[in-house]
Amino acid sequence: MITVIKKMIGGVPVPGKKELSEKSPIEFAGIPGELVLFMSQHIGAPSVASVKPKDQVKRGQIIAEPGGFVSAALHAPTSGVIKAIEPRYHPVLARMSEAIVLEPDGKHEPAENMSPTASDLDGILPEQIRKLAREAGIVGLGGAAFPTSVKLAPPEDKHIDTYLLNGSECEPYLTADHRVMLEQADKVLFGFRALMKASGVKRGIMCIEDNKPDAIEAIKQAMSSYDGLELAVLSARYPRGGEKQLVHAVLGREVPPPPGLPYDVGVLVSNVGTAYALAEAILTGLPLVERVVTVTGEGVAKPSNFKALLGTPLSYLIERAGGFTGTPGKVILGGPMMGRALKSIDVPVLKGTSGILVLTKEQAVEEPILPCVKCGKCIDACPMGLQPLWISAHAERGLMEEAESFRAMDCIECGCCSYICPAKRPLVQWIKMAKADITSRRKAQR
Amino acid sequence: MEDRLLVTPAPHMKSTKTVQGLMLDVVIALLPAAIAGTILFGFRSLLVILASVASAVASEAIYQKAVKRPVSINDFSAVITGLLLALTLPPDVPVWIPVIGSAFAIVIAKQVFGGLGYNFVNPALAARAFLIAAWPLHMTRDWLNPMTYEALSSATPLVGFNATGQAGLTLTQMLLGQRPGSIGETCILALLLGGLYLIVRDVIDYRIPLGYLGTLALGTWIFGKPGALFQGGALSGVFLGGAFIGAFFMATDYVTSPVTQRGRLYMGIGAGLITLVIRLWGGYPEGVTYAILFMNLVTPLIDNYVIPRYYGSGHDAKARKAAGGETR
Repeated sequence: MITVIKKMIGGVPVPGKKELSEKSPIEFAGIPGELVLFMSQHIGAPSVASVKPKDQVKRGQIIAEPGGFVSAALHAPTSGVIKAIEPRYHPVLARMSEAIVLEPDGKHEPAENMSPTASDLDGILPEQIRKLAREAGIVGLGGAAFPTSVKLAPPEDKHIDTYLLNGSECEPYLTADHRVMLEQADKVLFGFRALMKASGVKRGIMCIEDNKPDAIEAIKQAMSSYDGLELAVLSARYPRGGEKQLVHAVLGREVPPPPGLPYDVGVLVSNVGTAYALAEAILTGLPLVERVVTVTGEGVAKPSNFKALLGTPLSYLIERAGGFTGTPGKVILGGPMMGRALKSIDVPVLKGTSGILVLTKEQAVEEPILPCVKCGKCIDACPMGLQPLWISAHAERGLMEEAESFRAMDCIECGCCSYICPAKRPLVQWIKMAKADITSRRKAQR
Repeated sequence: MEDRLLVTPAPHMKSTKTVQGLMLDVVIALLPAAIAGTILFGFRSLLVILASVASAVASEAIYQKAVKRPVSINDFSAVITGLLLALTLPPDVPVWIPVIGSAFAIVIAKQVFGGLGYNFVNPALAARAFLIAAWPLHMTRDWLNPMTYEALSSATPLVGFNATGQAGLTLTQMLLGQRPGSIGETCILALLLGGLYLIVRDVIDYRIPLGYLGTLALGTWIFGKPGALFQGGALSGVFLGGAFIGAFFMATDYVTSPVTQRGRLYMGIGAGLITLVIRLWGGYPEGVTYAILFMNLVTPLIDNYVIPRYYGSGHDAKARKAAGGETR
């Protein structure tokens, strides 16, 4: 069954910029001279190293155990020797953070115990899939990197009836999910069905934005061999792929305000990359040690989609994408709407890294910030129905309680308000600061 | 190389909309009315327009220089103020009227409160109200007949319409602006052209003019004919006087109108009602200026109470109901 969906609260039409890299097939990026694997790859507790410096490791061998319930294992992406376990600069935490540094030997030798668990889903039990997801270190690859095994075991009192697989990829420039769906449609659907089986959900809906017709076609083809899977084709509009936005558009249900989660309205949402990683783990035994990363932007010579080993330095991938064209202005980890600008490209790929975006000097300009003219465009653009201008105005004056009363905590930080603001006010930035302040005050009260 | 990478918070992509661009669109949208006014009422009205714009821009620059703030005349907002004020003046006013008016608008109504974004009433309308109070004769007598450019001996058609319910004009005359009135208010076609341009370009919200003109038309139809109900001239009600220019260009001023879509509809309806009351039962022949000024003052109140429906609010409502609490 295929449904076409246009409805959406707020949002903005953004230039897709997908044409730069959407035609580039996924290619293996290669083995760099050094891999840096942070213990903090995901939301939750950091992993705990189970190797020591000078240890020899093989591809797929576990090198760090989950550090708690909400945590994930970490594996060696290639064979080599552990050079050090030391703090390195973490591009998302924006501070020094403990990492395992691996020096590859170039042989790419797999671990002996790496073997397929099953060749089809009939031969594997739901609890086996959940256990495998945990052992294979699988986390959500959409960006937030929430441990998948935890997502697959929602609280008992939640009755989940629908699983959404998110292939909207609404961030401009990024094409990693697009290429995975196009090139690996069968594995994506295998992984999707594994996710559904593991969580006991009967209804599965594939969600894709209509700006990826070839991926839609590939998924449609692959879907024809299964019953029970549906396809939702959504009009391209940012932030279409936001979890809450997707649940509302596809199912007409609204996730409760924070701390509400999709499972509160009977829905689980995963990214197509996550399904693909889970399929690999089941079918080949390979844990999550590599992912597809789009290296793109007007600032790189040859925009590409790479299968990159976790821990690969961004500088290596940019080099593989033909290097910079001219002097780069800005390098962004992730997409242009929610990604993080980096001060250095000597940082590694994380489990949640979907893209590296390089903007040229001309594109990376700071525009002067003008006073708010109260045009209200941020309100019309907010997919959460908030009033960004008031939240940010209060936050700017340090009035965090007022900011909270304007529902600052509901903000999903998509950046639509800052994007649309004609006065170029950094609205979402102020709202993020308000959220951080409110969160720390709540913690202090506890 | 790397220490020169720009590090700024997300998003790293911005829309091409700028305050300057939006204001320029408003200037463009006002040009048809300015041209029509010049044709209808002659070279004198062009002089009034130019004097008004020049005074507005100069006042802004001089004031900002004097208080050592960055000069922001290139955002076009002062041009709009000057243009708007001129278009709402009688064509035969002495040239010092727009000069003083625009200076008042920029300095007193806008800059002393902090400039663009901080003023709480529409500067052009505040200046107009000031001019009516200060020089009432010029502001209510200096009319010209269209095309002949002769001074008008009688009152404007709106005065007669308010009293009798008869406009005494054909629809074509009203659409083309062939009636005595303020420079830019009479040619409905020119105003409509500019207004639609702003709506299509997503500069203004259609809800304000719709609410305003809809309410005024409906009210005029019901109460517009003395001694009878439901026989008033709905079209004449919105075509005469300054309702059209007010609804599309004054009430839609971002800074002084509500920020939410629903709030803007209320603003339009409120301005329409007040205009109607002043026209039919008040002492002034025209109520547009005071109606919009009043709604400017009510805008913070509207923004306080009219809030958008937030995502997930259904759950909160349900929870409140389940807890037996009051629902809002």
